[in-house]
Amino acid sequence: MKFKSLIISLLLIFVGMQVFSQEEEESLLDLLGEDEEVINYAQASFKTTLVVNLASIENTHAGVLDFKIMHRFGYLNTGFYEFFGLDQATTRLALIYGITDRVEVGIGRSTLNKNWDGFTKWRILWQSTGAKIMPLSLSFFANVSYRSIRYPEDDIRTIYPSSNFYYTFQFLLARKFSERFTLQLVPSLVHRNLIDTPEEKNDVFSLGLSGRIKLSKRIALNFEYFYSFPDQLASEYVNPLSIGIDIETGGHVFQLLFTNATGMVPDAVITETTGNWTQGDIRFGFNISRVFTIVDMNKRKVEKEKKKDA
Amino acid sequence: MCRDVIRCGVDQMCNCKINKMRKIILINLAIVLSGALNAQGKYFTRDGHIDFFSSTSIEDIKANNNKVTCVLDAETGEIEFAVLMKAFEFKKALMEEHFNENYVESEKFPKSKFQGKILNIEDVDFTKDGVYEVSVKGSLSIHGESHEVETQGLIEVKGEEVKTFAEFHVSPEDYNIEISGVVRDKIAKDLLITVDVLLKPFKR
Repeated sequence: MKFKSLIISLLLIFVGMQVFSQEEEESLLDLLGEDEEVINYAQASFKTTLVVNLASIENTHAGVLDFKIMHRFGYLNTGFYEFFGLDQATTRLALIYGITDRVEVGIGRSTLNKNWDGFTKWRILWQSTGAKIMPLSLSFFANVSYRSIRYPEDDIRTIYPSSNFYYTFQFLLARKFSERFTLQLVPSLVHRNLIDTPEEKNDVFSLGLSGRIKLSKRIALNFEYFYSFPDQLASEYVNPLSIGIDIETGGHVFQLLFTNATGMVPDAVITETTGNWTQGDIRFGFNISRVFTIVDMNKRKVEKEKKKDA
Repeated sequence: MCRDVIRCGVDQMCNCKINKMRKIILINLAIVLSGALNAQGKYFTRDGHIDFFSSTSIEDIKANNNKVTCVLDAETGEIEFAVLMKAFEFKKALMEEHFNENYVESEKFPKSKFQGKILNIEDVDFTKDGVYEVSVKGSLSIHGESHEVETQGLIEVKGEEVKTFAEFHVSPEDYNIEISGVVRDKIAKDLLITVDVLLKPFKR
């Protein structure tokens, strides 16, 4: 019995020594054992805060101002006389600022309807691996539009200025499945204070599906489709479908795109798209995003830590 | 020895016997572990500092990393670093994103490592405060590529602690880090890497 345990002891010590001395030879760092696990947040699910026309799960980084120039030409099927739509143009300019990495606010101005819009996006859940596992990201997005275009004095829209307000609320549910592929589901509600016909609904519910496929480090293919549930919109309105290519060059993101939507604010895109893809009512357009770092958050973090230490 | 009243069957073991076996294993494990972990003359840190600096006529870019792991064996002069790439902090958030996404591909290659040796470790007296000049040689692996690196550095012994400092240059091209045409003028061909870590004695 004693002899047996002695042999086992010797064997164990021998094997143990062998294992440890080998490891020591391989790497000193192994002495420290396992690394502390860190939270690994999914970054860059999309290249910018827009998929094509509407919001993506991405937020403008904290302390960063994003200037967006959005441009849509006329329908491709207007022929050579209109130079395939390039003679016409509508634009939207927008400024978006990241208050934190999870909260952004922005304002925009469109030529269509002389529309002013203000919006905000809040990241509620953030997809992550490592110390904290979260399978998907969830954001809340809200937009208010005010159409400042003038109507005749006796028009109902002039008499009731509140009729020019449009509201959009969205939940963005996104998952970055791989380096290459991101998919996003967007349940949306558009509320319109005034509608043209009694057949339409003030509240329009729709479900958006968008995503991106990264083609190379700097180029990605995006798509975006919104399905409005039946019997909410007048018959001339169709669901918006857009396809775009993102090209990223340092501080800029260029989005070249084809869409059947005219507007560039969510209420106009979701409820007032008239172009029919099958008949060639497709617009070429682009978005340019240029970011400026306003506040250096890392520096601020370091200063805060210094203050704490002092 | 075994106080169990009930006799065990042929292919069963009494509880006390199992306990005894466990004891033997545990004691032996303790002996082995204490031997292996009695790492004398070793120094380490988990929050060392490394930064890199790129300077061109258009733009200066600097990124700091304060999560550097380092172990130094004072006896053999062996020194190793591990750097978590996602822990590099830039002034511009977008640069940080592009650094991780497009250049070093942190998802695929989360860590950079240096495995090397202080060639003149015998010149350093770890028992005496002072600054010693050393030369370091080893293999640096970034982005899945390894290259030999040699540089001069300083070791400052101050009481129980050891401070190491070194500067050297690396070229992104050597490590298969592609820099596209549009930003080529903004990122230097040679990056200056500064290593500045404060090591503490390694004890268990």
